[in-house]
Amino acid sequence: MAELFQFELVSPERQLLSEQVVEVTVPGTDGEFGVLKNHSPFMSTIKPGILKVRKDSGAVDEYFVRGGFADVAGSGLTVLAEQAVPVSEINSEMLNQQIRNAEEDVADAKDDDTKQKAEMHLSQLKDVADALKAA
Amino acid sequence: MPSLKDLRNRIASVKATQKITKAMQMVAAAKLRRAQEAAEAARPYAERMGEVLANLAVAFEGRDDAPKLMAGTGNDQTHLLVIATAERGLCGGFNTNIAKLGRERARSLIAQGKTVKILCVGKKGFDAIKRDLGQYVVETIELRSVKHVGFANADEIGRKILSMFEAGEFDVCTLFYSNFKSVIAQEPTAQQLIPADLPTADSDAESGATSVYEYEPDEAEILADLLPRNISVQIFRGLLENAASEQGARMSAMDNATRNAGEMIDKLTINYNRQRQAQITTELIEIISGAEAL
Repeated sequence: MAELFQFELVSPERQLLSEQVVEVTVPGTDGEFGVLKNHSPFMSTIKPGILKVRKDSGAVDEYFVRGGFADVAGSGLTVLAEQAVPVSEINSEMLNQQIRNAEEDVADAKDDDTKQKAEMHLSQLKDVADALKAA
Repeated sequence: MPSLKDLRNRIASVKATQKITKAMQMVAAAKLRRAQEAAEAARPYAERMGEVLANLAVAFEGRDDAPKLMAGTGNDQTHLLVIATAERGLCGGFNTNIAKLGRERARSLIAQGKTVKILCVGKKGFDAIKRDLGQYVVETIELRSVKHVGFANADEIGRKILSMFEAGEFDVCTLFYSNFKSVIAQEPTAQQLIPADLPTADSDAESGATSVYEYEPDEAEILADLLPRNISVQIFRGLLENAASEQGARMSAMDNATRNAGEMIDKLTINYNRQRQAQITTELIEIISGAEAL
């Protein structure tokens, strides 16, 4: 029996999830990382990607998250994402829209720094789109 | 003295008005519930954000390389006042109260010789201050077409403010909105956005816990990432509180209006009946005295 810990997924508009889970895989900016119970205190920003939640029943829920950060503390894991949507509710239309927005950002970028950031954002979004298409 | 017909018309007109205010009250009540839920749903995010920032801020306290969004530009000459109000009127003192708070702040800053810039969110706030402070308004953002305020709207405003800040157009930014306390009580509030007004972390209990935190990427980068987000989050929260407050204010204003209309109808009806009776009496006297004269 795996040990459970408290996991919260919060977007500015609502709290999507708050329950005891077994394992969460978070798409961190510097790479994906998994969190189990008693993880050491840790904080990371997140990149656009798929967040996987394994529950006690063994079922795995997937959420698309974009922009924000993950905070692992003694009390559990909290993910604050600017946008968080269950993968089942996501459609390619929405993702394409975001990719278009990102492309505009790249085109509008005034200096190299912002351009680089916008390009990174775009490529991350494209990765997600590819991953979803494959699934 | 108005004639009977005039009175009848007035009663009909007040009744029609009462129906409208009653309907508006019920619409506001329904919208209020939704707005309140939205405001409450947004709270955990804003609160967690505040906590995390407070934790991070401890590490940067007193350091020279602290981000400008947190430490300020070291200047407070130019102030940007963001005045968030509703798009519609007929909600009691709601818009006026926010505008008043903003105006007072602007006046006192001007009196101190500071430069003031105003950014209006919502048409009514601009209407309220354009007469005396219109020259200071740099921009007005209307959310008229937006039915439910989404994070995207707040983010847009946040980005605008950030780009102004980066261009060095102001030093201090304050947001004015109405805090939703209850249906009958809304409190106009001023909140400082830049430099970020962070709650000081509880140093006794948490200092041990914060120091062993591991950061990825490092603290500076996380802070640089979070501070701009925090602006948008705080604006979003302000807008949601505003939305709930607006509906609450409108509900009680319309409740009052409905009650006043009811009182007015009662008064007019009494007046109407009295005159009708007087008229009947006059007619009777005329007939009787006519008959007696024969």
